[in-house]
Amino acid sequence: MEKRYINKEGLAKWFGSILNSGKRVYAPVRHGEKVDFHQVHSLEDVAEDYIQTTLSAKSVIFPRAEVLFSYKKDNKEVTLEDFNPDSVPETVIWKIRPCDAAGFIPLSDIFNGGYDDVVYAAHLNKTTLVSFSCAKADDFCFCTSVNGSPGATKGSDIQLTILPDGGAIVEIITDKGMALIKSAEDCFEPAKDEDKAKYLADVPVYFDLNTVHDKLKEAFSSDIWKQQSERCLGCGACAFVCPTCACFSIEENSKGSHGQRIRCWDSCGFSMFTQHTSGHNPRSTQSQRWRQRILHKFSYMPERINDFGCTGCGRCSRACPVDMNIREHLTSIVK
Amino acid sequence: MSKSNIYLPYLMRIEKITQEAPGVKTFRLKFEKEEDVKEFSFKSGQFGEYSAFGEGESTFCIASSPTKKGYIECTFRATGRVTNGLDALEEGNTMGFRGPFGNTFPMDEWKGKNLVFVAGGIALPPMRCVICNALDTRENFKDITIVYGAKSVNDLVYKDELKEWADRPDVNLVTTVDPGGETPDWKGEVGFVPSVLDKVAPSSENTVAIVCGPPIMIKFTFPVLEKLGFKDENIYTTLENRMKCGVGKCGRCNVGKLYVCKDGPVFSKAQLNDIPAEEY
Repeated sequence: MEKRYINKEGLAKWFGSILNSGKRVYAPVRHGEKVDFHQVHSLEDVAEDYIQTTLSAKSVIFPRAEVLFSYKKDNKEVTLEDFNPDSVPETVIWKIRPCDAAGFIPLSDIFNGGYDDVVYAAHLNKTTLVSFSCAKADDFCFCTSVNGSPGATKGSDIQLTILPDGGAIVEIITDKGMALIKSAEDCFEPAKDEDKAKYLADVPVYFDLNTVHDKLKEAFSSDIWKQQSERCLGCGACAFVCPTCACFSIEENSKGSHGQRIRCWDSCGFSMFTQHTSGHNPRSTQSQRWRQRILHKFSYMPERINDFGCTGCGRCSRACPVDMNIREHLTSIVK
Repeated sequence: MSKSNIYLPYLMRIEKITQEAPGVKTFRLKFEKEEDVKEFSFKSGQFGEYSAFGEGESTFCIASSPTKKGYIECTFRATGRVTNGLDALEEGNTMGFRGPFGNTFPMDEWKGKNLVFVAGGIALPPMRCVICNALDTRENFKDITIVYGAKSVNDLVYKDELKEWADRPDVNLVTTVDPGGETPDWKGEVGFVPSVLDKVAPSSENTVAIVCGPPIMIKFTFPVLEKLGFKDENIYTTLENRMKCGVGKCGRCNVGKLYVCKDGPVFSKAQLNDIPAEEY
């Protein structure tokens, strides 16, 4: 992996050059108490001093609602207008956390694992992820328990580790990342002999992931699911804030002779998620749905796509209105 | 039109509509574009996503046999928003189809064997595809037995084909209706499918059983087959969990670790033994 150093002024200049290149730039922006990814137009828009955005950066590549194709009905005739990959602009996600960048690995495995999803791929291929390693963490963070770390580079195209002088260690992980460096090569200096580890947050390891995986193999009929989910409201907030939740619905948006077929985020926590037309529902209780959430992420996904469906960002626990804490639940499964 | 977008349907012309039973219709669909006909092929057991533009998509099997070229058929009951939307369409109208998706019945492995079909209610369509396929290649199979039941005489689907199958000397068709569902001139059996199967008692020797029906019928049919000596690997069924994408992404049709859309919809009972029954 190639490295560079960039000083504070260089960083501002490079950011300006990305904005001037015409690419869309998404970065964390503060709105009152909340910090979330929005399109930015200057470095001043970018939020400082926060642990985690409320929503992950998932929506930049996998939007909450997206048109898959449009149609027009004219008497008996129907004409289709396909999704156009060229309509997706070149995009940079700036200051994404390593756990969010890592979330795109399982998402890509789901969307591209056979029957490749051109709609998702169009966004992913045109997006460059510039992650910032984490100097701070909170009690909800548990990346180190799920194969991650505050300085993990998996999923990122470039990673910056901000130094006390305002400059940064620049790690260039992919060709896409290198292209973004090359577009403003004069902003960078040769790498200094500096170990990024000393600038990273300390996130304790809470549980052994392989033990979780092994224990879950025999846990389908366990009563832990009922115990853990008794207070669950089924609101689905955990899925909406999650960087790896991919479950979606396909809905119709039509008016008169025109219409669109739309992909919308969905959640395995919703009671209608699996309901058959006949009224039969294989997951009719909240505990069955909570079990699906945990087994999908920590048992089925590792077996199907060789990756876990969790990056330890802690968002689901921060967002839960009844304080369900996934890290505590997983820790209790290991015990 | 590019088929690279997996969500973009084929445009299909409704060529023929058959009213099968109250609320149940069969559509014969032809591709509107000649190039789509050329690239399309499927095998028995596969399913698709059928769309009424303006209402959305629903999942049904392909009910016609792959030996019949140039069209596909689907059979559905008008129940929800999409199926009512489809129900309102007329011959000559355009609708959408995505597919074929999922795995297939291993009919090549069944060559030289007896086939026993056990179906209930609106679950005959997935089996009709296999039955018609088997009858069109009749020389490949030995005895063919069909046990089919519905709530009432009126609810039996494919009445014309049932008559045709009943008239064939190389098919043993047994139809039944639930107690109370018979008409004065009903000549078939009266009773639930599992008990009628028990009475018919087909030999399990060199035989494959294919079972399709509501979950409750399947649950009571398996023990009868077991009693008749059928081994789990010689019993097949199709599962029909709720789906949206049909291609393993939308995340709702899994039964344990298996996805009905990609690993199924066809499963042997041996496979079902390894996944939790409460999830289908």
